Amino acid sequence: MTAPQPPQQPAYAQAPQPGQPGTPPQQWTGAAAPFVYVSPIPVRRANLADALKSEWTKIRSVRSTLWTLGVTIVLILGIGLLAAGVVSSAENDLGAESSPLTLGFFGVLLSIICVITLGVLTISSEFGTGLIRTTLTACPDRARVLTAKVVVFFLLSFVITLISTTLVAMSDSALLADRWSGEITGAEYFKATVGVSLFVAFLGLIALAVGALLRHSAGAITTMLGVVLLPLVAAMFMFTDSLEGVRKALFEYSVPNLLATFYETGATQASSGPTGWEPLWIVVAAAGVTLGGAYASLLNRDA
Amino acid sequence: MIELQGLTKRYGDKLAVDGLTCTVRPGIVTGFLGPNGAGKSTTMRMMLDLDNPTAGTVLIDGKHYRQLRDPLRAVGALLDAKAMHGGRSAYNHLLCLAQSNGIPGSRVREVLDTVGLTSVAKKRSKGFSLGMGQRLGIAGALLGDPRILMFDEPVNGLDPEGIHWIRNLMKNLAAQGRTVFVSSHLMSEMALTADHLVVIGQGRLLADTSMAEFIAQNSRSYVRLRSPDHERLLDALAAAGVAPVTTADGTLEVDGTDAARLGELAARHGIVLHELSPQQASLEEAFMGLTAESVEYHAHSSPGEAPAAGQGGPGDPPPGAGWGAGRREKGS
Ligand SMILES: Nc1ncnc2c1ncn2[C@@H]1O[C@H](COP(=O)(O)OP(=O)(O)OP(=O)(O)O)[C@@H](O)[C@H]1O
Ligand SMILES: [Mg+2]
Repeated sequence: MTAPQPPQQPAYAQAPQPGQPGTPPQQWTGAAAPFVYVSPIPVRRANLADALKSEWTKIRSVRSTLWTLGVTIVLILGIGLLAAGVVSSAENDLGAESSPLTLGFFGVLLSIICVITLGVLTISSEFGTGLIRTTLTACPDRARVLTAKVVVFFLLSFVITLISTTLVAMSDSALLADRWSGEITGAEYFKATVGVSLFVAFLGLIALAVGALLRHSAGAITTMLGVVLLPLVAAMFMFTDSLEGVRKALFEYSVPNLLATFYETGATQASSGPTGWEPLWIVVAAAGVTLGGAYASLLNRDA
Repeated sequence: MIELQGLTKRYGDKLAVDGLTCTVRPGIVTGFLGPNGAGKSTTMRMMLDLDNPTAGTVLIDGKHYRQLRDPLRAVGALLDAKAMHGGRSAYNHLLCLAQSNGIPGSRVREVLDTVGLTSVAKKRSKGFSLGMGQRLGIAGALLGDPRILMFDEPVNGLDPEGIHWIRNLMKNLAAQGRTVFVSSHLMSEMALTADHLVVIGQGRLLADTSMAEFIAQNSRSYVRLRSPDHERLLDALAAAGVAPVTTADGTLEVDGTDAARLGELAARHGIVLHELSPQQASLEEAFMGLTAESVEYHAHSSPGEAPAAGQGGPGDPPPGAGWGAGRREKGS
């Protein structure tokens, strides 16, 4: 066996120490009176801003973020523009009751899958790899860690969706200006861009919360897909009259229908079910409840 | 300085850590030894406030981990070499850790340099070998230039050069006045690194002693004698006031008398010796003797047999059964 290196020549101490290149660390005074090491690096108390910076580095430095958000943009822009292209080359003009904004709907609906995936992965990948333990060792304030993740993910997904939906809304209404007789109000514009983006970002927060609760990527993504798709699918299979009430509720409160509400104009407004901005309040409430669970889970369970 | 007071962790009806009380002091390397499943990793997770203790407390420099103002400056830990996102580069992995504690990016390059990963800093850690992953984990532990370092089986997967490197690293960190707490199941490894030993088995404290004391107490040296004239040799030894121990295979073991004297004694009586050899009980044997009672996961000699599920009752296996071979896969 090799003889251990004598402590007078610590290899680590040879590594440059910031702030004090020449000064050696304290001298070894013998085992009888051990001193306690004091780092020459100045200490600063970490805060939420540091956690936000850290989470921003995390989210931008993995490919899954690029993929999910890249596909989000491609879906919203691609499908939105494609639909406008089809309509503008069609024989008939767009009916008076459906504005060009509604053509953005399908792209956003599909892109929800990407945002959900990113929301889940933002936290579940840390549990999957065990990185969460390193993260929580560096920042034992677990609420701060989750808050930083929530803020960074929410802002990122909101901004990306907002840019995409705005581009689609502007280009679609420009493309179809001569094929449509109606007038788009400012409120309708606002709902189809900011409203839709808030809705999608809050839905993503629910996914993040579910990821924190289940701690398993595939399980959480599957759960979220179920939440988005199952009510609609279930409603389609309820033929009997006795289930009519349930069928109607499932349909009206399904995620696709809630999203469609943002594209409603006065003419197309449904006779019952959520209208106006109500879908947003519904998903905000749902996000609040699931995030509450996520905080409780992260604060109390073993990591 | 780390103080454990009656630290206990229960998983269901299984006590993983059972009333552990000890103090880990600065300036020395403290080895934390125990067979597989002894509760070493669980103890370390509780020290870092990752797992909630069922009972008891851990104080880091007199504070609970959650109360630390500057966690990475106070404690650097390597728990699991694979605890990183494989898609993130080594540099970014360390950068996000550094940022969460307000540590400047220049420090990231320094620790990458210290562990020798500068050339692969921009590579995704997915492609790293086990040893490179271990080095990246160690870089993370050194990031805050902490007063306390905790390593859970740091030599796992390292090549001899890497083992040599980390051994010196730990000694040097301790020599700078830091508290170094390192777990292992290899007594031989600890004998070269640690100044102090904390040994646990089935979650219970078995020994808390200085390395020198442990060696003095446990490295028994003796002389092995084998002779075709067994009875006469016994008589001759008895006459000389030497009390031998007869082992199962008929050899004699003599404590406290050197081989030369025993050889001369045999020659004087004209007894043929087939073996006269000084022996040294290894520390590994001493450690296995100490923990034999509490070993849970035994290797079975017949290959067809199913591995012991969960608890192996204490007592039934012969001491020294190769528990190292019974390594089980853990989910967490
Ligand atoms: N999350 C958990 N849930 C249930 N049991 C657990 C959990 N974590 C650990 N255990 C059990 O607690 C005991 C101690 O495990 P621990 O990982 O702390 O041992 P160890 O000393 O680190 O072992 P090794 O040398 O194999 O790393 C084991 O029996 C293990 O099965
Ligand atoms: Mg372990």
